Amino acid sequence: MGERVLVKGTEAIGEAAVRAGCRLFFGYPITPQNELPEYMSKRMPEVNGTFLQTESEVSTINMVYGAACTGMRVMTSTSSPGFSLMQEGVSYMACAQLPAVLVNVVRGGPGLGDIQPSQGDYWQATKGGGHGDYKLIVLAPSTVQEAVDLTYLAFDLADEYRSPVLIIADGVIGQMMEPVTFPEFRDLNTLPKHEDWSLTGANGREKHIVVSFDIDPYVLEKMNLELVEKFKKIEAKEKRWEEYKLEDADVVITAFGTVARIAKSVVEQARKEGIKVGLFRPITLWPFAYERLEEISKGKKLIFDVEMNMGQMLEDVKLAVKDHAPVEYYGRLGGVVPTPDEILNVLKSKLGR
Amino acid sequence: MAFELILKRPESLTQKEFTYCPGCTHGIIHRLVAEVIDELGIREKTLAVAPIGCSVFAYHFFNTDATVAAHGRAPAVATGMKRARPDLYVFTYQGDGDLAAIGTAEIVHAANRGEKITTIFVNNAIYGMTGGQMAPTTLLGMKTTTTPYGRSAANDGHPLHVAEIIKEARGVAFLARTKVNTPQDVQKTKKAIKKAFLAQVKGLGFGMVEVLSTCPTNWGIDPVSALKWLEEHMVPEYPLGTFIDKVGDEK
Repeated sequence: MGERVLVKGTEAIGEAAVRAGCRLFFGYPITPQNELPEYMSKRMPEVNGTFLQTESEVSTINMVYGAACTGMRVMTSTSSPGFSLMQEGVSYMACAQLPAVLVNVVRGGPGLGDIQPSQGDYWQATKGGGHGDYKLIVLAPSTVQEAVDLTYLAFDLADEYRSPVLIIADGVIGQMMEPVTFPEFRDLNTLPKHEDWSLTGANGREKHIVVSFDIDPYVLEKMNLELVEKFKKIEAKEKRWEEYKLEDADVVITAFGTVARIAKSVVEQARKEGIKVGLFRPITLWPFAYERLEEISKGKKLIFDVEMNMGQMLEDVKLAVKDHAPVEYYGRLGGVVPTPDEILNVLKSKLGR
Repeated sequence: MAFELILKRPESLTQKEFTYCPGCTHGIIHRLVAEVIDELGIREKTLAVAPIGCSVFAYHFFNTDATVAAHGRAPAVATGMKRARPDLYVFTYQGDGDLAAIGTAEIVHAANRGEKITTIFVNNAIYGMTGGQMAPTTLLGMKTTTTPYGRSAANDGHPLHVAEIIKEARGVAFLARTKVNTPQDVQKTKKAIKKAFLAQVKGLGFGMVEVLSTCPTNWGIDPVSALKWLEEHMVPEYPLGTFIDKVGDEK
């Protein structure tokens, strides 16, 4: 194990990417994630990597597409409006089955919104985001250490499934400093080379084509069905979540990312007041752990979904819980972060206390 | 009787039949690009980036590794490829809707960065694939499906001179505008395309050729008239010439 160091969330993600073997970073400035490209602009030259500040998020995602075509590990980061601009390219990458790691440090929206922490991009992240039938693997860290670990994992998942992987954070995770332990540097020679499909020059082999396109609907349908099979595989294997003090709980808070951190304080305070509360925290927002949440919800007094949006994950929570328990929601919008007291008071009112 | 093979299909073209309309000069330009790649001996190290438009199927026609970029984004895709693999040669093949309308940001910044990529820009003054709408390069007074009364400067602006804009970018190592409506011009275009590739092969910077091309189908005239129409109407608007040449001549 390496030593523990105190780092900011955005920089921790950057360093984890470097250690995962990422040597290509393309990005465009947008608050609140600028520390990540800034870190990469300093770090990439130190490891013979490439950092390029682009002319727009539209260009960024297409540079990521091009780099990913060569089979090399590549990354970008942005914040909400920037991620909206990237959606066409993300859809192309999903169809062309190109691995890459994308980071969205979500801010208040819709529109220009503000630059405060938000979870308003949950739907965009988990239901596709761009046009057409596709899903992204979506990872939601709730600590800086987890941001490191999930970034490292994201590159492996992207390579394994030939798919863009999205890390969704917010300004709290991005700006917060916490002690972390970084993983070892990956030996670049051991990374997947994708020799069976990547564009590296048709030298001594047939030409390779990487496209998100076929003019024949029957061929395109086959491409779609191949994606569907992949998504099923991911759903079967990659669901990740955390269960916190659920053993004896009769109230379950559902929350992800920053809100899940706050919810842990709520759990502690509620227990001091004699309310047995636990936390169910999805780590993969897609695939969502419906089955496990359903199992947990059986016989519970209340499932209490808390988010920094108008109730987006709430839809998935309800799909999971069905009619096993009542589901209530509380959220703050526009970049407002709820306090533990505030959440506990609402929870108590929902319980009639 | 001994026969000598003096002309054959370039290695860098596949056996696929072109999807272009009769009389369209895309096919000539494809062949020139393929001949140049053959002559430079770089086919096995070349990546092609096709655009959105009539030449979207170029990824089938060039016998190199290939992809299709989102509309207008070919220079960004090519940038990503070249930055990932500087040892490979990357070219984009783009029409005027793709490059001169939706893709202006990408081409200007790729040129300005001096990306070591090559761009073949085919200007036929119209959108072909979508059925003959106005392009930024459409001539004033020219009728298209979206300028049924003719392009008006007041409503639609003026024909966009791409080569003259790109000329100002300091990262450009080779830049020319040519045409392919006569055999002599075909040869001149080939020389220009070769230099645009050499700019990359020699690591000098960005190389681009704007090629004036015909679209008989959407211009609504026969192929021979289209060759004349190009000469009489497009050349006065889009002067031919070599704007930048840091490659020099072979000795």
